[in-house]
Amino acid sequence: MQAWLCSLRLAGVTLLVCSGAYTALVLGVAQVAMPHTANGSLLTGNDGCVIGSALIAQAFTQPQYFWPRPSAVAWNAASAGGSNKSPTSADLAERARATVAAYGATAERPLPADLAAASGSGLDPHISETAARYQIERVAAARNRPAAEVAALVDRLSFAPGGALTHTRIVNVLELNRALDGMQ
Amino acid sequence: MDALLLVLLIVGGSALLSWPLGRYLRWAMDPVALDGPAGRFHRLFCALGGRLTAEQQDWKRYCVALLVFNVVMFVACFALLACQQWLPLNPDGKGALEASLIFNTAASFTSNTNLQHYSGEASMSHLSQLGALMWLQFVSPAVGLAALAAMARALAGRTNVGNFFVDLLRATFLVMLPLAVVTALLLVLGGVPMTLLGAATATTLEGKPQVIARGPVAAFVAIKQLGTNGGGFFGPNSTHPFENPGFFTNAVSTVAIVVLPMACVWMFGHIVGRMRHAAVVFAVMMTLLLCKLGIALAYEAAPTQAFASLPILQDTGNLEGKELRFGAAAAPLWAVLTTCTSNGSVNCMHDSLNPMTGVVPMIGMWLNATFGGVGVGMINMFVYVVLAVFVAGMMVGRTPEYLSRRIEMREVKLAVLTVFSHALFILGGTALFAATPWGQSTLNNVGAHGFSEILYEFSSSAANNGSGFEGLGDNTVPWNLATGLVMLLARYIPIILPLAFAGSLAGKRATSPSAGTLAIDTTTFGVMLVATIVFLGALTFFPAAALGPVAEHLQFTR
Repeated sequence: MQAWLCSLRLAGVTLLVCSGAYTALVLGVAQVAMPHTANGSLLTGNDGCVIGSALIAQAFTQPQYFWPRPSAVAWNAASAGGSNKSPTSADLAERARATVAAYGATAERPLPADLAAASGSGLDPHISETAARYQIERVAAARNRPAAEVAALVDRLSFAPGGALTHTRIVNVLELNRALDGMQ
Repeated sequence: MDALLLVLLIVGGSALLSWPLGRYLRWAMDPVALDGPAGRFHRLFCALGGRLTAEQQDWKRYCVALLVFNVVMFVACFALLACQQWLPLNPDGKGALEASLIFNTAASFTSNTNLQHYSGEASMSHLSQLGALMWLQFVSPAVGLAALAAMARALAGRTNVGNFFVDLLRATFLVMLPLAVVTALLLVLGGVPMTLLGAATATTLEGKPQVIARGPVAAFVAIKQLGTNGGGFFGPNSTHPFENPGFFTNAVSTVAIVVLPMACVWMFGHIVGRMRHAAVVFAVMMTLLLCKLGIALAYEAAPTQAFASLPILQDTGNLEGKELRFGAAAAPLWAVLTTCTSNGSVNCMHDSLNPMTGVVPMIGMWLNATFGGVGVGMINMFVYVVLAVFVAGMMVGRTPEYLSRRIEMREVKLAVLTVFSHALFILGGTALFAATPWGQSTLNNVGAHGFSEILYEFSSSAANNGSGFEGLGDNTVPWNLATGLVMLLARYIPIILPLAFAGSLAGKRATSPSAGTLAIDTTTFGVMLVATIVFLGALTFFPAAALGPVAEHLQFTR
């Protein structure tokens, strides 16, 4: 009996400190020191409306925009997830065939793998620099702008996320498309 | 090259950090003298816990106290989850949860497993996440750490193994809490959200609405990583950009997975007073970890098989289920560490790993002692050590001894029973669900990979890991009940049985070391220990591995 009372007491104390005080402390510091990222790194357009989060991929299907990686959840940021298909799965091959067709990839101009493979969260905000270059021609044509101008933008926004520890350079798709809209 | 450098920095850095942390754990969990700050904390914890904290417990009373507290944890979590629709802190109006899912989730978080048959952002209110789940993420690893401290005291020859209630408060407030605060602040710095607001609604550049779920993520992820918990705020865990926004947060989270289980080995060495023995055990764990890491890195560099016949340029390995911002080596590294320990968080989808990479996490969970869960990993390793001592003793024809105490029939029986129950839960459960519609109708992949999904789910439950081949449609009544029961049994059997035989060892007369004593702090013993673990594991689990991932690999690799 004593053990039960003692356990209840400890449960109460740990609950108050770990769920209450700890959360309040982290919340307080985050909201004061990093209010932008603490609330989800939301981006606003010229009219002040929220256009998305810098960390979260969104759907792009129009030719004048760079397209993100495929998403198993259709970029639903309220129910994220991956395909969970085996890399040997026939379903995966079928999905990739449709993606290849959408990009018009050929053996001479193969599609970069990250544009065919869905991310784990379905919300990967980045594509590789190679994948961005792959789309420059289409984007430039749809916008009636010289390809060199779009290429310069891709160059400027690409980065190696881990410096010397990562060799694949990547670029944030929403940031890139926003910059494109800003050019006109 | 950059991949190897990253692996070296993370694994090496964690190992270095674990040394001072191990000394700190000794001070926090088993102070040599109760003066200065150690004494002040002790008095504070006694005051918080009340009269019962003054009691010196033998292993039986310690186990009873541990179980009573765990029942309270389970019931409180169950009640909070069952009432979430009527409670505050529910800005998105999350509704009621199904009964078997509540049972599974309460069992999962009480047992430090964090297997999730729900998706956080879709099902759980902020109060459920913070008050029920995150609370258990603090106290469940604290229970493991307390159990290890008690076992180590018994092996040091003390028949009174401490006081569970004091140990629990020490582990929660002196270990988990300060580490979590530091980690959470680093994550906040790296851009992880921390807010009590509900979902944001955006209008995308193409003019469509997008609902973006968010919440108090940083606080949750920090303790999820540190306490070998692994249950994410969001469904896809640390692949989600809000749980893990970039390279920096990924590095912090990866170190947080393994540093405390590593430090537990040193704490064990300090308490039993045999640091050279602890170093041998640490080296054995590290050797097995590095072997698994090598296999995973090699196989995951192979491209996605399904894209082979299509015009797709694959020069960066298999990218299905992976995020680009962490770099190529980060996913296999995390997959190995999260299953070497009993963490179970993921930064890529394990279901989409190449078949032979996918077997590596399973090996981690089958052995469950290459660092293992906070506290309990070292307890599991102790069982293997006893078996290795016994086998070595038989081979050279001497009475086996461990830490100056004879290993006899009773101890070996209990050790074998512990290892056997782990295998039974995994193989028995897999056989049952693979043969019936309970498992067959829930698969996301066909053929051998479907079998792997079932095998992985039971391995994860029995190892108290919590990761999954998440394609499996596991939120069904049979899955919820079966894995819920396995998680609970697989949590308490490997805590109570080893405590029982450590307790019985403590009661024996110490023998004085002679020329005939098997040395347990030599390389030879390390090799013996590796061999015991590998042979036991291979004999038990190879047939199942052959039916799943190995079959898939052979079928598709030309």
